[in-house]
Amino acid sequence: MNNMTRKMWAIFGGALALYVVIVLLIAVIPAIVESRIPPGPGVVPLTPLQEEGRQVFASNGCDYCHTQQVRPIPADKVFGRPSAPGDFAYQTPELLGSERTGPDLTNVGQAKPSDVWQYIHLYDPRAVVPESIMPNFKFLFRVVDQLPAGETAVPVPAAFAPKTGHVIPTQKAKALVAYLLSLKQATIPGYVPPAAATPAAAPAAAAGAAPAAAGGYAYDAGKGKSLFEANCSACHQSTGEGVPGAFPPLKGNAAVDNADPTLHLHTILHGASGVTIGGVKYTSVMPPFAGTLSDDDIANIANYERSSWGNHAKPVTADDVKALRASGK
Amino acid sequence: MAVTAQDIDIGRTGSAGSGGEAANEDPALAALFKAYVVCATVWLLFGTAVGLLLAFKFGAPDFWAAKYLTFGRLRPIHTNDVFYGFASLGLVGTALYVTARSCGTRLYSTRLAWIGLWLFNIAALAGTIALDLGYNWGDLEYREWPWPIRLVFFIALLVTVWNLLATIARRSSHDIYLSNWYIIGGFLWTCVICLVAILPWYQKGLGQVAISGYFMHNAVGMWFTPLALGLFYYAIPKVLNRPIYSYALGVLAFWTNLIFYPMLGGHHFLFSPLPWWLQTTAIICSVGMLIPVLGGSANYLLTMRGRYHGRIESYPLAFLFIGVLGYLIGSTQGTVEALRSLQAMWHFTSFTVGHSHLTMYGFVTFAVWGGIYALLPLATGKNPGRLGVAMHFWLALVGVTIYVVALSIGGSIQGLDWIRGLPFIQSVMDMKPYYLWRGVGGILMFLSHIVFAWNVWRMTAGQPGNAPSPIMEPEGEVAA
Ligand code: HEC
Ligand code: HEC
Ligand code: HEM
Ligand code: HEM
Repeated sequence: MNNMTRKMWAIFGGALALYVVIVLLIAVIPAIVESRIPPGPGVVPLTPLQEEGRQVFASNGCDYCHTQQVRPIPADKVFGRPSAPGDFAYQTPELLGSERTGPDLTNVGQAKPSDVWQYIHLYDPRAVVPESIMPNFKFLFRVVDQLPAGETAVPVPAAFAPKTGHVIPTQKAKALVAYLLSLKQATIPGYVPPAAATPAAAPAAAAGAAPAAAGGYAYDAGKGKSLFEANCSACHQSTGEGVPGAFPPLKGNAAVDNADPTLHLHTILHGASGVTIGGVKYTSVMPPFAGTLSDDDIANIANYERSSWGNHAKPVTADDVKALRASGK
Repeated sequence: MAVTAQDIDIGRTGSAGSGGEAANEDPALAALFKAYVVCATVWLLFGTAVGLLLAFKFGAPDFWAAKYLTFGRLRPIHTNDVFYGFASLGLVGTALYVTARSCGTRLYSTRLAWIGLWLFNIAALAGTIALDLGYNWGDLEYREWPWPIRLVFFIALLVTVWNLLATIARRSSHDIYLSNWYIIGGFLWTCVICLVAILPWYQKGLGQVAISGYFMHNAVGMWFTPLALGLFYYAIPKVLNRPIYSYALGVLAFWTNLIFYPMLGGHHFLFSPLPWWLQTTAIICSVGMLIPVLGGSANYLLTMRGRYHGRIESYPLAFLFIGVLGYLIGSTQGTVEALRSLQAMWHFTSFTVGHSHLTMYGFVTFAVWGGIYALLPLATGKNPGRLGVAMHFWLALVGVTIYVVALSIGGSIQGLDWIRGLPFIQSVMDMKPYYLWRGVGGILMFLSHIVFAWNVWRMTAGQPGNAPSPIMEPEGEVAA
């Protein structure tokens, strides 16, 4: 090796060797260590159908708009408890994501446990969330004239449905929804959410601070509306009219517009499914909110519902919620 | 003794003025350089047409929502094509030219360089098709291509770096010019990056998150950044016809860049369950990056000292100048963004997308354009018209400014909405006007790319002459 090549190898060999050492220390070794983290308590592998759905999710780039990691900071409380290392043991390739054009999905199986909602939303997000900018995934559905045996049509609201025929999900859509519904954080034994927090808490600012006396109702109207928009309107709609055949209207609803708040509060605390309301049997699932909303929040939402869209029922108090919560049913 | 690009290149050929002689001197190199630039231009047009469509979809989500045109399939096509099609080919093409010229020799093998060009193109094309068909490796940003395709890219790198090293071994002077430090460094490091990203055994679950964080910022920091900086070290002195301000500062920036940059990847996953020490190291190194960034930028700006009027007279210099500013501002923004308190606001928001474009566009893309406008006419003896270059410059500059400012403001609002605990959909609604302005900026940027394509046509297939050489007249004070 002559002098000239020796100099070349000295510089470039040195730069390469130094880089390799840094990469081992900063990336490869930590990766080896982190790869060995055992699954956390209650974290289970996906079923084959859910795994297929995860593939559909990655193929169609849902991850570019949706993260799956909850940070230990106040802004993320709405999405659940902070993610723990053991949560990701079965997740390869990882789908933590880097942008939230849409909400985090870590817990979406809890927040939107209804497959019907997921199907309608995927078919046309604007059918349930008018302001949404999520693309529609109509290509995961088929429109048929005759409903094949064993298939259930997706109850897409008329304004968004095809003129004729039934909308049914393809195998890919079914797998995707199975995956979405599987997204629930495992409870960590002994983990206490900060102050039985107000996770989906609405801002004090938007509330206009002092409880507003809306039509004789002494409750925090701004907060009630904001909490309703954050937690309920995706299904029951901002108009309170629901989605025909899928999600019941709360406007004029017998449980809401009723002097006895028991059924109303019970439904919010513990969820519901398979209930017949106004002569329609609803098969989709209403999620329970006992774990995520405080008594105060629930009272605010309930009062917002009891005083909106022409409803005019007796207001409830946080103590009513507390009593019902304590009764355990 | 320090060498300058002038000593070797201009000194040897003695042709500071017109580029015609250089072309005659090494027509094989000129043909190669042309081919790389033309391919890069095609990828730029395609990749940013897709980018513009994406920007449009934020306002019209139902527009072209069919399977092969859905947002989530086109987005990685946009990012991978501008990365591995446009920016990589542009930088590799200029690197081949810069290395050969600054070593005062011919390329070791023209054939290997053509093979490299084919491989890079095949990888980008296959990657585009695979992503559109839904073969996306877990949406892991910038390494979404199925691994066999990334292997093709890796082989293209090996072929090229072999060629470059063999060229440097044949250089005519003892010293190795700074540009080649950055260029070869970039290639060797990126070979390591490719291997680390492809090998699957040690990246599972959270372990893979560690690699994703490493990969995202090493791809930009140890590939595009050193190649673009290497190009600056050649093109800026060349256009100004004077040596680089300080060789030593360039060497300092090289080694500090090497130490700090690889370690800052963890900042992509701040507040994630990754080990806290990894995140903290990343933040410290993000601050440490100020040394190479400020050192490097100062070196370029001081090289331009006293010739600022020239920025207006010489558009190649104007592009390079904006590139240096993009590097300085974008990287400093990155340092600020990495601090925990500000990450709590900006992480996951469109602010990050603003940073991506300020750096990849304001810095890397302007560097590529500046390099092409400065060097391609020297190789082909054909110049673009002044009006065309001016139009390209102003459309791109105004466009990217609108793009970045809109997303920086919008992203901040988005982050504050979340901190205030508003219903999520509020942040979507608040972004509406900023998405729109991003689209307006995007249209101007895309128009500039069409003009650029026209300019490339004139520099490759057009008439010889037709504008003065990009090289400025030397000043009396130029050191020997
Ligand atoms: C262009 C960005 C974008 C893409 C791509 C995208 N989404 Fe969304 N997504 C959103 C936005 C914005 C919202 C909030 C508005 C809404 O609920 O529709 C949302 C909401 C959701 C929700 C409701 C979450 C909740 O807590 O209310 C689910 C579930 C969802 N998306 C699933 C998906 C799936 C599955 C895919 C891929 C097939 C996908 N998204 C692709 C932007 C996107
Ligand atoms: C994922 C969709 C979904 C969400 C989110 C949701 N609901 Fe429901 N809700 C339903 C469905 C479905 C029913 C019908 C009951 C059943 O499942 O059979 C229902 C029923 C109700 C009823 C009527 C009970 C009755 O017997 O008449 C009330 C009241 C109600 N929901 C309130 C709320 C409130 C308050 C929230 C927000 C805190 C909320 N819901 C969020 C889906 C949802
Ligand atoms: C006409 C010009 C361009 C337009 C309109 C455009 C538009 C876009 C859009 C809409 C996105 C998606 C953002 C999101 O998901 O929120 C994006 C992402 C991206 N683009 Fe561009 N782009 C353009 C040019 C470029 C160029 C030339 C480069 C690089 C050389 C580039 C690099 C990127 C990167 C790296 C991302 C990912 C950002 C991130 O995840 O933070 N873009 N672009
Ligand atoms: C000192 C230098 C720099 C620092 C400290 C820095 C810091 C950061 C940080 C903190 C993020 C993550 C933002 C988030 O997710 O919230 C980021 C993202 C990014 N940076 Fe930088 N940056 C620097 C320079 C650059 C340069 C020079 C480039 C381009 C050549 C670049 C390209 C990108 C890209 C493309 C992303 C988006 C990654 C993604 O999420 O897909 N950065 N940077």
